[in-house]
Amino acid sequence: MSGSALDPKTAPVFPIAARTAMKDGQLRRNVRHATDVIQAKRARVVAEMPDWQELREAGKQIRQHTMENLDFYLEEFEANCTRAGGVVHWARDAAEARQIIVGLVKASGSDEVIKIKSMTTEEIQLNSALEAAGIHPYETDLAELIIQLGHDQPSHIVVPALHKNRQQIREIFQREMNLPKLGERPEDLADAARIFLREKFLRVKTGVSGANFLIAETGGVCIVESEGNGRMCLTLPETLIAVAGIDKVVPRFADLEVLFQLLPRSATGERMNPYNSIWTGVNAADGPRAFHVVLMDNARTEILADAEGRQTLNCIRCGACQNACPVYRQTGGHAYGSVYAGPIGAILTPQLQEMHHAQSLPYASSLCGACYEVCPVKINIPEVLIHLRNKVVKQNGPLNVEAFAMKMMGMIFLSEHRFRAAQRMGRMAEAPLVRRDEKGEGWIGWLPGMLGGWTKVRDLQEMPQETFRDWWKKRGTHGS
Amino acid sequence: MRVALFITCYNDTLFPDTGKAVVRVLERLGHTVEFPAGQTCCGQMHWNTGYQSEALPLVKRFVEQFRGAEAVVVPSSSCVAMMRDHYPKMAAEIGDAALIAEVSQLLPRVFEFSEFLIKRLGVEDVGASYPHRVTYHASCHGLRNLGLGDGPVRLLKAVRGIDLVELNALEQCCGFGGTFAVKNADVSSAMLEEKTGAVLATGARVCTACDNSCLMHIQGALHRQKTGVKTLHLAEILAAQEGAEL
Amino acid sequence: MGVDTGAAPLGSARAEILQRIRAATGGVSNTEVARAGWTRLPREYRRAATREREAVLELLEDRLRDYDANVVRTGRDRVSAIVAKMLSERGKTRMVVPPGIPNEWLPVVVEFVVDEGLSAAELDRFDGVMTGSTMAIAQTGTVILQSVPGQGRRAVTLVPDYQLCVVCEEDVVETVPEAMARLQETAELPTTFFSGPSATADIEMTRIKGVHGPRYLDVVLVGSGI
Repeated sequence: MSGSALDPKTAPVFPIAARTAMKDGQLRRNVRHATDVIQAKRARVVAEMPDWQELREAGKQIRQHTMENLDFYLEEFEANCTRAGGVVHWARDAAEARQIIVGLVKASGSDEVIKIKSMTTEEIQLNSALEAAGIHPYETDLAELIIQLGHDQPSHIVVPALHKNRQQIREIFQREMNLPKLGERPEDLADAARIFLREKFLRVKTGVSGANFLIAETGGVCIVESEGNGRMCLTLPETLIAVAGIDKVVPRFADLEVLFQLLPRSATGERMNPYNSIWTGVNAADGPRAFHVVLMDNARTEILADAEGRQTLNCIRCGACQNACPVYRQTGGHAYGSVYAGPIGAILTPQLQEMHHAQSLPYASSLCGACYEVCPVKINIPEVLIHLRNKVVKQNGPLNVEAFAMKMMGMIFLSEHRFRAAQRMGRMAEAPLVRRDEKGEGWIGWLPGMLGGWTKVRDLQEMPQETFRDWWKKRGTHGS
Repeated sequence: MRVALFITCYNDTLFPDTGKAVVRVLERLGHTVEFPAGQTCCGQMHWNTGYQSEALPLVKRFVEQFRGAEAVVVPSSSCVAMMRDHYPKMAAEIGDAALIAEVSQLLPRVFEFSEFLIKRLGVEDVGASYPHRVTYHASCHGLRNLGLGDGPVRLLKAVRGIDLVELNALEQCCGFGGTFAVKNADVSSAMLEEKTGAVLATGARVCTACDNSCLMHIQGALHRQKTGVKTLHLAEILAAQEGAEL
Repeated sequence: MGVDTGAAPLGSARAEILQRIRAATGGVSNTEVARAGWTRLPREYRRAATREREAVLELLEDRLRDYDANVVRTGRDRVSAIVAKMLSERGKTRMVVPPGIPNEWLPVVVEFVVDEGLSAAELDRFDGVMTGSTMAIAQTGTVILQSVPGQGRRAVTLVPDYQLCVVCEEDVVETVPEAMARLQETAELPTTFFSGPSATADIEMTRIKGVHGPRYLDVVLVGSGI
C-alpha cells in the first residue's frame, strides 16, 4: 500500500487489507511495541489524576455544546481572527480547500512550504496538490518526514510512522538524505532530521499547518506538538496558512484548561506535551506577517446532521482509541484505507465519505469497548459503529444472503413455536458435518460459505440433543 | 424470591447445562425459578450487525415475557449489556410511550447472573466445591458495559478447593464480537490466538467466564489445538458440589 | 459582516456552510443561547491548588527534572551569580536575550546580545538564549512564555539550542486551570507553553531529547527572599 495515497474511494475492503497487513510480521511487531509503550505511559499519567472522569465529562460537554452552537462559534472565531489581522477562508470540500491553499502559497511568492503535521492536510491530500502546482512541501514532523521520504502513508493519528522501526527509518534516511554512514540509534536519526530540516526552517518563507483548537472567544489558534518543528513553521515564515476542519473550534480560552489536560495524557502519555503554541491573528513584532485560516467542511456538516453520528465530531485526535483497539493492534493503520485508522477512523472515514465508500469499516470492530473507555471526550464509538452498520444494511438492501438469513432469524425469534422448530432443524442440518473426537464428543471442523471463517482455526461443538427449554418442560412434569 | 430466568437463545440451544446450573444455584440459595416459555432472543445479533428492523420487535417481546418478574436473571453479560445499553433507545425508536415506560421500569430488575448474586442477593459463597485449576476470562461487555469488576472473581474465590489463576491481559477481547468472528475472520483469529495463549500459560484445566459466546469462541480454538483445556460457564462451576467431575 | 477581510469574497462557501450547520442543528445560535449553554457546562474537575506552597514548588522542580531539565533554586539577589555558574558549566559565552530582561540577572562575565529583530540565521549562531517567564505549572512541569518584555519574540526562544529560563516563585501555580485563569487577561498575546526541552518519541516510542527546539534547558527558580 506504500506509495499510493490512502484513499477510501479506492481502498480494498477491510478484511482483505487486514489479511495482507497481518502477513507483515515486522509491521505487527512494530505496531505492538509502540501501542504497548503508549498505553502503559497513558495508564500511568491518567492514574495520577483523581479528577480524570470529571475532566472527561467536561471535555465531552464542551465539545457537544460547541457542535450545538457551531454556527455561532465559527462566526465569532472569524470575527475575532479577522479583527486581529488574520484572514479567514471557507471551503466546502477538499477540492475547494486545496484550491484556496495552493492559491495562497502562490500569492506568497514561494514555491516551497514547510509543513506541521496535520491530519487535515492528509485528509485532503494536500501534498500532491501542492506538487502538481509546482510547490514543494517539506514535512517537518519527524514521523511525517519519515513517511514523506519513505513514500509511505501515515498509519496512526499521533505517531504516523509507528509502523517503522529504527532500522527501516535508517535505511530511508541513508537513501534520501544521502548519509551512507548514518547510525541507527534514535538519537542519530533525530539529529539527521534536525540538520536536514534546519536549513529549510531558516530559508522557506511560507508555512502550512493544521490546528488543534480554534478559540472563538479570542480568534486565537492553538497547536500542540513535541518537537518544536511546529513552532518553527508557525513562527519563522512570512506567511502562515492554517487549515482546520470546522469541528476544531472551542468556545473560550478557558476551555483549554480541560483540553490541555485531556489531550497530552491521552495522546502520548505525557503530563503535558513539550510545546503548546497559541497565537491570535498577526502580531507586528512576533511571527508571520500574513496569517490565513481555511475553515473546511468536507462532509462535517453531514455528520453534524446525524443525531447519532454527531458525537464523532467531538474527537480531538489523540489516537488513544487506536492504541487500545485490539483490531488496530493486529493490523496497523494502513488496512483501514484512510489516514484516519483505528476505531475513530472506522466511524469517521465512512461518514466523511457520506457512506458512499468505506462501508466495511464499521464492521472492523469486535465492539469490545476499549476505545470508548479511553476516549478523553467519551465518544461512544461502539454505539456509533452500530448506528453506521445499520446505515450500511439499509444501503445494501434485502437482496443478499446475509440480509435474507437475518430476516429469517428475525421471523424465527418472533414465535416460540418457530424457534423450537428452528432448533430441531439446526440439529438435523448440522448432523452431516459432525465428527466424533477421541472422547466421543461431536464437533464440526468445517462449515460452508461465510461461516467457514469460523472453522479456519476453530471447531464448533455439536448442538446438544436437548435444549434448555425441553429440559425445563420435562422437569416441570417429572420434578427435578 | 421469584426469579425469572432469561436463558438467551444461544444458551438455550447450545449450552443448556449453563441454564440447569443457574437453576441449581438459585434453588440451592432458596429461590424459586420461573421460565417464561415465550422467550426467545434479546436481539443482540441483529442489532449489533445493523439489522435494526429485525431487532426492534424483540424488545417488545422481552417486555411481554418478563414484565411481571420480581427479578430477571440472565447468564450472559453481553445480552444484559444489549438490553441496558440499547433497549431504552430502541423503545424510543419504536415510539411507543407505554413500551418506553415499561422498559425503564423493567431494566433495573434485569441482572447478569454473577451480578445478581453479588449485588442483588449480596452472596459470595454459594456453597460450591470445584477442586481444579481454573482461570477467569472477563468478557468485554461484562467488564466494560456492566462493570462487573471483581464480582465473578470473588464468587470463584469462595469455591472450595478451587485453584484460581489470574489470566494475563485480562481486559483484552477474545476476538469473538458476534458476526465479527465471521466477517473479519483473520483478525478475529489473531486476537483469539493471543487469548488462548494466555489461557494455556496459566496451566488451568478450565477457562470460565460470564458469557458462553466468548467461551464458545475460546473453546473452538482450544479443541482444534487439542489442548485438553475446557471452557465452562461460571454458573456451572458455582453449581458444582463435592465429587464433581471436571 | 461589513468588514473587508481581504479574503476571497465572502461568497457562497461561507453562506452555504453556515446554512448547512443551521439545518443540521435545527436553528440559528446566538450570543445569549451560546453563553447560557456554556455557563451551564459541568466543571467538577479540580480548578484550584490542593498542596501547600512549598510542596507546589517542589513538585515543579521534580516535574522539570523528570523532563531532563536542570533546575536550581535561589534567592532574588543571587540570580546573576547562579546564571554565571550555569553558563560557565555549559561553556556558554555568547547569549541572546530579549529586550526588557532585568539587568541584575545578567552576569558581566558573559556576552549578552539584546534581540532587536535578529534574523533566524543570526539567532542560530548564538550559544543560547536567556529569558524570564510569565508563569509555571507545577503539576505538568510547564513554563509559559509570552511576547512581552523580558520574554521576547517566539523565534528568540526557539532557534538557539540552549535556553536558560528564570521563573519567579510567585508565578508558579499548581494546576492547569489556575494557569489558564491567570492568562485570560492576556489571552491574545503569542503564548508558548513548554514542558521540558524539545522531544520526540516518533522512533520506536523512545523519548529523545531535542529535535528542533532547544535541546538543553536550565531553569532558575527564584524565591522572594534572599
